[in-house]
Amino acid sequence: MVKVTVDGIVVDVPSGSSALQACEAAGKEIPRFCFHERLSVAGNCRMCLVQVVRAPKPVASCGFPVAEGMEILTDTEIVRKARRAVMEFLLINHPLDCPICDQGGECDLQDQAFGYGADHSRYQEAKRAVKDKYLGPLVKTVMTRCIQCTRCIRFATEIAGVPELGAVSRGENMEVTNYVEKALTSELSGNLIDICPVGALTSKPYAFTARPWELKRTDSIDVSDAVGTNISLHVRGTAVLRAVPRVNDAVNEEWLADKGRFSVDGLKHRRLDRPWVRVHGKLQAVSWQDAFVAIGRRLDGVPGDRIGAIAGDLCDAESMLALKDLMTALGSPNIDCRQDGADYDLSHRAYYTFGTTIAGIEDADALLIVGSIPRQEAPVLNARIRKRFLAAGRGGFPIGLVGAPTADPTYKTELLGEGPEVLAALRDGTHPFAEVLKAAKKPMIIVGHGALTRPDARAILASAWSLAAETGAIGAGWNGFNVLHRTASRVAGLDLGLVPGKGGRSAAGMMSGGVDVLWLLGADEFHTAQIGPQTFVIYQGHHGDAAAARADVILPGASYAEKSGTYVNTEGRVQRSFRAVMPPGDAREDWRILRAFSEVVGHTLPYDTVEVLRERLATVNPVFRVIGGLDAVDVSALPGPTGAGAVSSAPFRPVFDDYYQTDPICRASPTMGECSRIYVHPRTVAAE
Amino acid sequence: MSAHSPIDQIEQPDSFAFDAESEEQIAAILAKYPPERKASGTLPLLYVVQKQMGRQTGSAWVPRVAMDEIARRLEVAPIRVYEVATFYLMFNTKPIGRYHLQVCTTTSCWLRGSDDVVAACKTATGISGFGQSSADGLFTLTEVECLGACANAPILQVDDDFYEDLDGPRTIELIEALRRGERPTPGPMIDRVNSAPEGGRKTLADSPADQG
Amino acid sequence: MLQDKDRIFTNLYGQNDWRLAGARQRGDWDGTAEILARGRDAIVNEMKGSGLRGRGGAGFPTGVKWSFMPKNSDGRPHYLVINGDESEPGTCKDREILRHEPHKLIESALIASFAMGAHAAYIYIRGEFFNEARHLQIAIDEAYAAGLIGKNAAGSGWDFDFYIHRGAGAYICGEETALLESLEGKKGQPRMKPPFPAAMGLYGCPTTVNNVESIAVSSTILRRGASWFSALGRPNNAGTKLMAISGHVNTPCVFEEELGVPLKEIIEKHGGGVRGGWDNLLAVIPGGCSVPVLPASICETVLMDYDSLRAERSGLGTACMIVMDKSTDIIKAIARFSQFFKHESCGQCTPCREGTGWMMRVMNRMVEGRAEIEEIDMLEQVTRQVEGHTICALGDAAAWPIQGLIRHFRPVMEERITAYKAAHGGGRITQVPLGIPVAAE
Repeated sequence: MVKVTVDGIVVDVPSGSSALQACEAAGKEIPRFCFHERLSVAGNCRMCLVQVVRAPKPVASCGFPVAEGMEILTDTEIVRKARRAVMEFLLINHPLDCPICDQGGECDLQDQAFGYGADHSRYQEAKRAVKDKYLGPLVKTVMTRCIQCTRCIRFATEIAGVPELGAVSRGENMEVTNYVEKALTSELSGNLIDICPVGALTSKPYAFTARPWELKRTDSIDVSDAVGTNISLHVRGTAVLRAVPRVNDAVNEEWLADKGRFSVDGLKHRRLDRPWVRVHGKLQAVSWQDAFVAIGRRLDGVPGDRIGAIAGDLCDAESMLALKDLMTALGSPNIDCRQDGADYDLSHRAYYTFGTTIAGIEDADALLIVGSIPRQEAPVLNARIRKRFLAAGRGGFPIGLVGAPTADPTYKTELLGEGPEVLAALRDGTHPFAEVLKAAKKPMIIVGHGALTRPDARAILASAWSLAAETGAIGAGWNGFNVLHRTASRVAGLDLGLVPGKGGRSAAGMMSGGVDVLWLLGADEFHTAQIGPQTFVIYQGHHGDAAAARADVILPGASYAEKSGTYVNTEGRVQRSFRAVMPPGDAREDWRILRAFSEVVGHTLPYDTVEVLRERLATVNPVFRVIGGLDAVDVSALPGPTGAGAVSSAPFRPVFDDYYQTDPICRASPTMGECSRIYVHPRTVAAE
Repeated sequence: MSAHSPIDQIEQPDSFAFDAESEEQIAAILAKYPPERKASGTLPLLYVVQKQMGRQTGSAWVPRVAMDEIARRLEVAPIRVYEVATFYLMFNTKPIGRYHLQVCTTTSCWLRGSDDVVAACKTATGISGFGQSSADGLFTLTEVECLGACANAPILQVDDDFYEDLDGPRTIELIEALRRGERPTPGPMIDRVNSAPEGGRKTLADSPADQG
Repeated sequence: MLQDKDRIFTNLYGQNDWRLAGARQRGDWDGTAEILARGRDAIVNEMKGSGLRGRGGAGFPTGVKWSFMPKNSDGRPHYLVINGDESEPGTCKDREILRHEPHKLIESALIASFAMGAHAAYIYIRGEFFNEARHLQIAIDEAYAAGLIGKNAAGSGWDFDFYIHRGAGAYICGEETALLESLEGKKGQPRMKPPFPAAMGLYGCPTTVNNVESIAVSSTILRRGASWFSALGRPNNAGTKLMAISGHVNTPCVFEEELGVPLKEIIEKHGGGVRGGWDNLLAVIPGGCSVPVLPASICETVLMDYDSLRAERSGLGTACMIVMDKSTDIIKAIARFSQFFKHESCGQCTPCREGTGWMMRVMNRMVEGRAEIEEIDMLEQVTRQVEGHTICALGDAAAWPIQGLIRHFRPVMEERITAYKAAHGGGRITQVPLGIPVAAE
C-alpha cells in the first residue's frame, strides 16, 4: 500500500494505483471522458488533469502512477483552469445539437459542461463536420459529435475482441471508423453505445425514441441466455423501450449481449394477449373461464400418466414450480424442462452448473471447452474468458477446443478435435494438451450443450468430470468443472426437478404420442410436427410462435418484463427480476394462470401470493433462499456424475446456427430479424 | 489538405499479391525485427506495396486489398494497417501520377521563394491546386511540410529525390525534363556542393578538393 | 570560433569519400575495440564528463541519459534507438551525418549500445530521407562485411546489430515515444510517461532514444577525451554543435560550430551576412520552429547556446536558425508554423488536436488582419491553454512560436488589424467576448 494525500486527505491505495484511483479513494470526483475502468488507459482527453505537488505541470490522473507520499490537489485554480481549457477545446468542434441528440440527458460531455463549460463560445471559426460511418444495424453514428476519446476502439479491441474500429488520419482530421463500412461483427456491440461518453454512438433501433428523464427503470434479468446478465428495463407508459446493463462484477461486469439488449422490441410484436380455444380446427378467442373449462373438459378422465408438461427456455422458477405442482396434483410424472433433449446427472448441483463461477474464470490458468461455442451461447461470459486470456499474457491461458471449428472465438485456441474421443485421449495422456491441463494449477473444463444434447451426453459428462478430477481441476478450493447452459430457465428447472418422475416421459417421449394432453409452458424450440396428431396441446406463453400455432388452447402469459421472476443462471446463482410493465391485454403472470386453473380442476395449488410461492421454492430447494449470492461448494469429495454407455465418435455440432433467432422474443423482434439477415444470412439480403 | 479520402470514393482493385521482388524485400525487412514483433514491418511493407504498385501500374499507391494482405502477413487486424496507412502522409491511399511533386512550403522554403516553385509546378503541369493530378496523369502535386533540407531551400521532392535551391524557371526546366523521361541528378540546382555555402566552403579548409 | 582541428564532422559536405575507406582515413573505426575495452561505466562516465547535451533539441545530458539504463538485464533485451526523424522546420543537420558521415554514426552506435547493454540499435530515419537512408544502408553493409558490426563487432567481443527503420511522413515521430510506437508498426502517437523508455521502451524493453548527432559525436569524444570536448563552448554548454542557417542570408549552409559563439558572428561568418546587411535583419528563429522568435535587437548580442537563448525566453533547440530580413511578413512566417503544427498534430489528445487547428485559423486571420485587437489576447490565452496540458511537447511547440510573435511583434499584429479595418469599412469582424469566459460552476 502507498500513502497518498489528496486535498489534505490521507488515503492508502495499492501501489500501482493511478492518481485518479487515489482521488476516488479520497472521495474526490475526477471528471473524465477517455478513462474507463474496464479499458486500458489512453490518457487522451486530458479532462482528469490534477496537480501533483512538485510536478512542473498538471498531470493526467488516469495514467499517473502514485508514489509514496505523493500530494495531489484536485481543486486548485490551476486544475480548474486546465479542465476549463480542455472543456473549451472539446466543445469548439462539438455540434450544438443537444436538442436532437439521443445522448441528451445522459451525456458525459453535457454533464461536465455544467461544471467546466463556459457560458459562451470564443470560437469564431467554422466547425468541423465528420461523415457518419456504417457500423451495422445496431449502432448509429453521428461522428461530428465524436470527441476522439477512443473508448469504442479500446472496447472493440480489448473487451469484444473484434479489432474492427480504429482512428484513421491524424490531427483534427482523425476519425473513428471501421474504414470498410461493414457491420461490426460482435455480439457485444451494443455496449459501444453505453461506453461512448457523447452522442457519437447511439442505439439505432432506439433512435429518437425517448429522453432518459421520461423513463421508468426497473431491475431485471436478461433471459436471452443463461448468463443472468443484470439489466435495467427502461419503460415509458406501457412499452419497454430499451434494456441496458446494470453493473454486477460477479456476473456481467457492465456488459450486455446484443440479443438481450436489442430483442426488447420483440416484446411488442406477435404477443398473445387473450385466451384462444380451437373449435372445429380454428382458433377462437374466448374468456379465461372458457379456456379453463375447455382444458378441464379435455382432461376429464385422462389418466395422470397420459398428461405431460414441458417448460420452455424463458420460464421463471415460480411458474415452473407451479407447473410441476399442477402435474403432480394431476398425477402425472411427465414433466421436463429440457426441450432440447439434454441429459444431466442431477444427483449433485455441481454436475450441472458452472462451478468455477464467471468471475472465477479470471483465476483459471488453462481451459478446455467441450461442445460449446461460448461466444454465441454466452457472449458476456465469453468476454470474461477473453479478459482472462489477455490478462494472462502470451501463453498464460492456453485454451483447448473440442468441437466444430468456429469463427474467431476472440481468443487464441487450439482445436484438439471435433468429437468426444478427444476426452479419452486427454485422459490417457495420448493427447499433448493433457500435459497443459496437468501443468496448470487451476485448469477448468467447460462442457456445453453441443455435448449434452447427444445420446451419449451422460458418458461425455462423466468422462469430462473424470478428466477434471484427474488433471486437478477439482480439488479443495478450486472447482474447474463447468456446464455452460444456454437458456435462462434451465438451471432453475433442474433445481426444481422438472424432469420426468418415476416412470415419467421425457420431452421427446411426450411429444411422440406419449401423452394425450401436453401443456407447453413457453416451449417453442422444437418442430411442432413432432407432436403426435392426437395430442391435445395447451400452449401457455407470451408469443405467437410455432407452438402456439399448433395449440388447441392458448393461455396468454407474461414475458420476463411483465412479471417478477426468479432465474438461476449457469453458475447456479439465483437472481430476481421485477415487473417493468403489465402484461398486454388479458395476459397474466404465468404462475397465477396455473394457480387459477388448478382451482378449476379442483387441485388448488397452495399459494395465493408470490411470497408464499417463493417460500415453497425455497422448501423444494434451499438454493432459492439466497438471492444474488453464490455459496462456495466443496466438490473435492464428489464421486462425479454417473454415465455409462459408449461414446459416439460423431463430431459436436453447434447448438444453434443463428444467434439472433433463438427464442420467441427475438424471433418477434424486427431488430433481431435484421441482424439475422445481415450477419447470418447475408446472401439473402437483396443487392442494394 | 491531405485528409485521406473516404475509402468508398476510390476505385479499388479486387486483389493484390506481392511479386518476387517484393517478396525478397519483405524477407529482408522481417529479419530486422524479433519474430513476435512482426507488426514492426507495417510501415516498411506499406512502402513495399507502394513501390510495387508504382512498378506495375505507374501509380505508387496503396490499395485497400494490399493493406489487408499486409495485415494477414503481419498477423495484425486490418484496421491497424488502415490506421497506419492514413496516419503517415507518405502513403498514398489513392492513386497518384507517375511523378509525385512534393513541394515544401514551410517557412524556410517560403522565405526563399517556394511560392515561385509552387506557381512553376502549376504552370508546367497544368495542375490547379494541391492534391490534384495533371490531366495527362503524369504529375501529382502535393504540398508537404518541412523536408529537412532547409539550408538548400526551396526544395521540391520528386518521388524519392530532393531537388534543391530551386526557383521558378529551374522548376519548370526540371518538370520539362521529367516529362521527357529524364531524371536530372538530384541535389542543389545551383553551383553548390551539397549543404556547403554557395561559392565554396568556409570551414574544413585543408580537406581534400571537392569531389562534387 | 571553432577551428578546423576541433571539428568532429570533417566530411560534413561530402567533399570526400563517405564510405568505409574514406571514413577510416578520417579516423573512424580506429581502435574501436579498445574503446569498448574500457568498460561500460568508464564510457558512460566519460560521456557524462564531456558535458554533451542532447543535440535533438531538449538538451538533456547524454551521459546521464545513458546511465538511466538498467545495469543488469532482467532478461529483456536493451535497445538503443537513434532518432533520425529530423523534421522540425529549419532543421537540416542530421541529414549531413546520415549521408556524409554514416560510419561515424555506426561506430558511435556500437559504442553507445555497448555502454547501455544493448545488442541491437535501430535508427529511425524520416521517410523523406530516402537517399540518406540508402547511404547509411550501404555503410551498414560495409561495416557488416568488414566485421565492424555483427557478431564480435570490431573484434570487441560484443555482438551488435544495426537496423534502419524508415518513417513515412510524420513530424510527431521525432517525439521519442511516438517514434517507438512507429517503430512497433503503429501510428506515431506519443505514450504517456511514466513509464519512461529506459524502463519500458521499444517492445516494452529498456530503451534509450538519442538524436543522431548526440550519438555520432560520441566516438570522437571518447577518442579525444571528455576534457577536450568540455573545453569547447561554455560551462554547461560544452562542445561543438552542428548548426544550419536558412532564410534570408547570403549563403545558407550547414556547419559545425562551437557553442557560445555570438549569433551575430555566426550569421556573418557562416551565413555570409543577412541579405541586405545586418541592419536589414528583422528576426531570427534560433533553433527550429518550436523555439520562440528573437527580434533583431536581441540577435545583436545573444550567444548561441542552451542557456543564453533560454535566458532570452527562446531556446537553442536544434541550433538550426531561420533568419528573416525586414521584407518578411513575420505574422505569415509564424502562421506557417501554426499550419505545420496543425498538420502534424497526431490527434490523440484534446488540447493539441483542437487547439492547433484553432490557433492556425486565428493566425491565418491575423495574417490578413481580419480580426479584432482583443483576439490577440484570446490567441495568447489559447496558446496557454494548449501549453502544458498535452501528452507530449508538440502542444508546447505549437504554442511557443505564437507566444514569441505576440511578445515581440504585437504592434505589427495590431497595425495589420487596423489596416484591414480601414480597408474594409471598420466594423467588427468577429464578436469577441472580452476576457476569459467564466465557467458556469
